[in-house]
Amino acid sequence: MNQKSNWRRLLDPKDRRRVLRAWSRDPNAIAYAVLLAGALAFPGISTFLTGAPTLTGLAADAGVWVLLAIGLNIVVGFAGLLDLGYAAFFAIGAYSYALLASPQLGNTPIHHAVHLPFWLVLFVAMFIAAGSGALLGFPTLRLRGDYLAIVTLGFGEIVPRIFRNADVWTGGINAIGGIDQPWLPICVKGPWSSDPLQIVYGKVDCSFSTFEPTAYYVFMVLLIVGLVIGATNLQRSRLGRAWMAVREDETAAASCGVNTVGIKLLAFAIGASFSGFGGAYYGAKLSLVSPDNFGFIVSITVLVMVVLGGMGNIPGVIVGALVFYYIQFKLLIDLPANARDLANSIGLHFLNVSTPGGWPGLETFVGRLNFIVTGLILVVMMLLRPQGLLPSPTRRLELTHEEAAPVAAPRQLQS
Amino acid sequence: MTDILTVHGLTKRFGGLLAVDNVSFDVPEGEVFALIGPNGAGKTTLFNCITGYYSPTFGRVTLAGKDITGLKPHQTVKAGIARTFQNIRLFDFMTVIDNVKLGYHSRMHSKLWDSLLKTPMEQREEAVTTAGAMELLRFVGLEGRADHQARNLAYGQQRRLEIARALATNPKLLLLDEPAAGFTPQEKVELMELVGMILERGVTVFLIEHDMRVVMGVSKKIVVLDHGEKIAEGNPEEVRHNPRVIEAYLGRSA
Repeated sequence: MNQKSNWRRLLDPKDRRRVLRAWSRDPNAIAYAVLLAGALAFPGISTFLTGAPTLTGLAADAGVWVLLAIGLNIVVGFAGLLDLGYAAFFAIGAYSYALLASPQLGNTPIHHAVHLPFWLVLFVAMFIAAGSGALLGFPTLRLRGDYLAIVTLGFGEIVPRIFRNADVWTGGINAIGGIDQPWLPICVKGPWSSDPLQIVYGKVDCSFSTFEPTAYYVFMVLLIVGLVIGATNLQRSRLGRAWMAVREDETAAASCGVNTVGIKLLAFAIGASFSGFGGAYYGAKLSLVSPDNFGFIVSITVLVMVVLGGMGNIPGVIVGALVFYYIQFKLLIDLPANARDLANSIGLHFLNVSTPGGWPGLETFVGRLNFIVTGLILVVMMLLRPQGLLPSPTRRLELTHEEAAPVAAPRQLQS
Repeated sequence: MTDILTVHGLTKRFGGLLAVDNVSFDVPEGEVFALIGPNGAGKTTLFNCITGYYSPTFGRVTLAGKDITGLKPHQTVKAGIARTFQNIRLFDFMTVIDNVKLGYHSRMHSKLWDSLLKTPMEQREEAVTTAGAMELLRFVGLEGRADHQARNLAYGQQRRLEIARALATNPKLLLLDEPAAGFTPQEKVELMELVGMILERGVTVFLIEHDMRVVMGVSKKIVVLDHGEKIAEGNPEEVRHNPRVIEAYLGRSA
């Protein structure tokens, strides 16, 4: 029973009830419904409550991580390849846009700035990232397990370093700034951008702006919806089946006619192409691309999001990305100030008084605990839910299969 | 009668160990061919050389007149050889039907864009594949278990599922590596019935067996391997009375 037939059955009043009841019992369907409703309501509610679109901008940034997590999930969750250098493809996507849509190339031996439109470069960046994924994968995907992880780790270190050291082209540590904002040929202005309702045309009026993040937010939501549909289709196709087979048993997959190296290469390239999208978007929104933004910590953060959410399950990794983004970029950043205010409000003012050479004051102290708190949250979550917040049904069984009665004869470790 | 598979001068050396030593034989089309021999005789190594898991040190393998020596495993599948494994290798956490559908992988034509966009062509092909896989499950008697996970099948059912998965690749030649291992006498009889039905589908069956009695009934031609060398070849009656075979199985008389 596939999604398509369910959608079609919704049209039939008799079947509608059955389909809706099935969906109401499916955690993934519930997660998608909640995520979509939340995504639609979020900009309005947060702007209404805080009086500024700051949170909408933050949510648009979170979207980049969601996108990266969905992409890495194809590599790690579907095909079972541990990629510790995923940020490299993100960097390649970001630098592709930064070079092709900024004054930067005017400062290089080319002496001619290139300003291609965002919508074109988005796909150029995707293909460049996918190409580099294939390029890295071609010599390395013969490796299995841990060896592949080490190679990707090395790749993830090399790529940002190249961007840092090739300063003739990339500006090195000075980063690339003044990157073009995307713009539409036609758009509608209205109360949401504090304008009277009107249709306007052209680059000046219809440019995305860092200060007006709603446009970025809307685009990000559309991008994620599109990529989720694509990734779900892939998972349910012959390719998704082959990835799963390679993850379970490469030898058996080959006996079914699966070109194991080719199919892994494809997973790598598709995963990389998602981060190509993410990179181009990121470069445009920040308007600045620096080699410092693509370190090992980025690769690990995305991997944590995938594992935390539930490897191999698309709504799971979306939830994982959002939760971990919230912990990293909101909860922990606000925590010191919140701790200070809490101490003040319950009458423990003395905690906020720092003594020279001794107690630094509660706010500073809590700020220093940042990494410990992150680590603790992760350890606790993994102990309570090793399969992730919203695991795929298969993965859940794999983790608990010792409890099931073994029916088959024990398998020997030989081919 | 033409030969579907020809193995000529096949040798496989692992360092100092000569696992298969200059073995040649022909597999006639449309019959059951058996390779027997005591444990460690090199039977599975020979299988792995034919199916591309090992590349032979010397020798040539031809399938229906086409040289397939040194092809990768997935290429030998495409050429028309399917196999099962001595230790069943199913995708334990996938459903029974998905296991069989994987066998269709190299016969499907959907490209990346078809899968990504779920084009009508992809949906049609997926539906045809599902129907074909169900037919194969009926063929091996597992149609009632299509949505179960492969690991939850009984041992004998797992063997049958592996055969169905191999048949899904639409082979000319099916290689079964000790398919009766661990079977009760009743299950062995059922397996041999299944082998007969596979022959009727026009698939030549090449099986490895450790137990001589199993193959005597079904195979027209038998090759016996011992210590990597071919020591006998012929019909069951000839092989049974061959002194070298008796010696290999029972040991030299004092």
